[in-house]
Amino acid sequence: MVQFHKPAWLENSLVRWVDHRLPIFSFMSHELYEYPTPRNLNYWWNFGSLAGIVLVIMIVTGIALAMHYTPHTSLAFDSVERIMRDVNYGWLIRYIHMNGASFFFIVVYIHIFRGLYFGSYKAPREILWMLGVVILLLMMATAFMGYVLPWGQMSFWGATVITNLFSAIPWGIGDWVVTLLWGGFAVDNPTLNRFFSLHYLLPFVIVGVVVMHIWALHVHGSNNPVGIDTKGDQDVIPFHPYYTVKDMFGLGVFLIFFALFIFFAPNYMGHPDNYIPANSLSTPAHIVPEWYFLPFYAILRAVPDNFIGGWTTEWLGFIIFEAKLAGVLAMFGAIAVLFVLPWLDRSPVRSSRFRPMYKWFFWIFAIDCVVLGYMGALPAEGIYVVISRVATVYYFAHFLVVIPLLAKFEKTKELPKSISEPVLGGGGGGASAAPAKPMEKA
Amino acid sequence: MADSEGSAATEDGDGGETRRDFLQLATGAFALVGGAAVAWPFIQQMNPAADTLALASIEVDISKIPEGQAIKVKWRGKPVFIRHRTKAEIDEAAGVKLTDLPDPEPDSERVKKGEAEWLVLVGVCTHLGCIPLGTSQGETKGEYDGWFCPCHGSHYDSSGRIRKGPAPRNLEVPDYNFISDSVIKIG
Repeated sequence: MVQFHKPAWLENSLVRWVDHRLPIFSFMSHELYEYPTPRNLNYWWNFGSLAGIVLVIMIVTGIALAMHYTPHTSLAFDSVERIMRDVNYGWLIRYIHMNGASFFFIVVYIHIFRGLYFGSYKAPREILWMLGVVILLLMMATAFMGYVLPWGQMSFWGATVITNLFSAIPWGIGDWVVTLLWGGFAVDNPTLNRFFSLHYLLPFVIVGVVVMHIWALHVHGSNNPVGIDTKGDQDVIPFHPYYTVKDMFGLGVFLIFFALFIFFAPNYMGHPDNYIPANSLSTPAHIVPEWYFLPFYAILRAVPDNFIGGWTTEWLGFIIFEAKLAGVLAMFGAIAVLFVLPWLDRSPVRSSRFRPMYKWFFWIFAIDCVVLGYMGALPAEGIYVVISRVATVYYFAHFLVVIPLLAKFEKTKELPKSISEPVLGGGGGGASAAPAKPMEKA
Repeated sequence: MADSEGSAATEDGDGGETRRDFLQLATGAFALVGGAAVAWPFIQQMNPAADTLALASIEVDISKIPEGQAIKVKWRGKPVFIRHRTKAEIDEAAGVKLTDLPDPEPDSERVKKGEAEWLVLVGVCTHLGCIPLGTSQGETKGEYDGWFCPCHGSHYDSSGRIRKGPAPRNLEVPDYNFISDSVIKIG
């Protein structure tokens, strides 16, 4: 059985002197050396710490880029080109930052789908999950504003389209909000300036929410592939060195893929139109957001004009909705629904391994998200619109119909008695395995 | 970690050195090299960029400077004094005993050979970086017919050497050379 010890350096006299005044070392010891982690975590559990590392990479490269970037409409594009051509290693730092955004979303989306598959959002981890959704929203806002900074054609028109979403707010508030966001009558220099300010600020807000996310995590510890609570020392191992080493290995694999893109396909996930300086008098023929926004973009466009507008005037006579409001509400609703997921899914079983039906619906949902992503990249016409609408309806049906019904009708498989039981046999102190004393605590 | 694994690990090594010690050392060394390799671009990006370096040398036409007068030009963001010295000023500078100087340096080493009338200096006081007076007409030249720094009262002579005041060193002579009789290239 694995022993949980305080590390030897905690006995160092200088460490003890500091620790007596600021218990930072016993905090580290408690959260790393003595922190019990389920022994059965698989590689899908690497993506949380990986996301944290990518956040650090983004902040470090971002600070370096901000030393050379100029947030002014007449200088921004050229300052980015100067970073690429003249600044020492500027090309490297910018490509890390640019691709880092995409990889951040790859890692975080995998992290989210891991949570969905293994039921990590269920009690007692609801707040942990909701903080995660807050991080996702902040990441989206940060990524969007970062994409505006190079002041290329996609930057400008992306900013125009996304800020105009807010004009859908009814009762005349929308136009007021949009003017407020722009600081003028169109996306222009004041907009660029404030986006730069906020793009620098928000990552540190993300860090703050990440701290709370980890705090909440460490209260009840990680969920695990089996999805049952840990029952004692035979179910857990210390985070360090077991998972620090595993996370480091995962990081190495991740960095290989990351480096492949940075050095061999740095613009693969970008859009060539953004290397054309912004022109407020000419919109590119086909504007598309960055890939990580595509599913939401598809939902935005899928809602037909006057879909809610037509109804609401009948149902709620005094409210006159703008037609485009419905699409905007649907897009934000696609994320909002994640907030209430812990209460939509009343099934007591967390892991899909013991939910034979949910497992299938999980994969259908995953495919649905990919379909939405594809549709978001294609022009909104013909059959694509129909597919987008079906996929959008399914997206919401998954959360609002499928999941609540499964909780009622699904026959789940029998859960193992403990995490160690399938490995050690018996209730944790099996015959053939280590003669560990079963330490049933709860 | 130390006890249980340490005792297990000693079994596959002798004399207290274990395979684990080797792995930890190798991993640590590798991480150190990797960390340094990552840190390098992030430190180096703060150094002057290629376009900044491209502007690092200038050419100046000195034919328009009358004897006894000086001009200021901007080079790498700093002022450079170019002084067309009179015979009296040259003699004064050459006549000083080196032992009288806080930063001993003969005048002949501060000008180009055969071009003693041209004195080229970085116009930044070696004390705390102010710009000494004495280049433009009407400015005080200090007690030694050179320059006077108004910030903390350093006096430089007609060779730009420190004579009195808190500055520790002579005014710096930049890297320059004569492209022709009338044009110098600084940097």
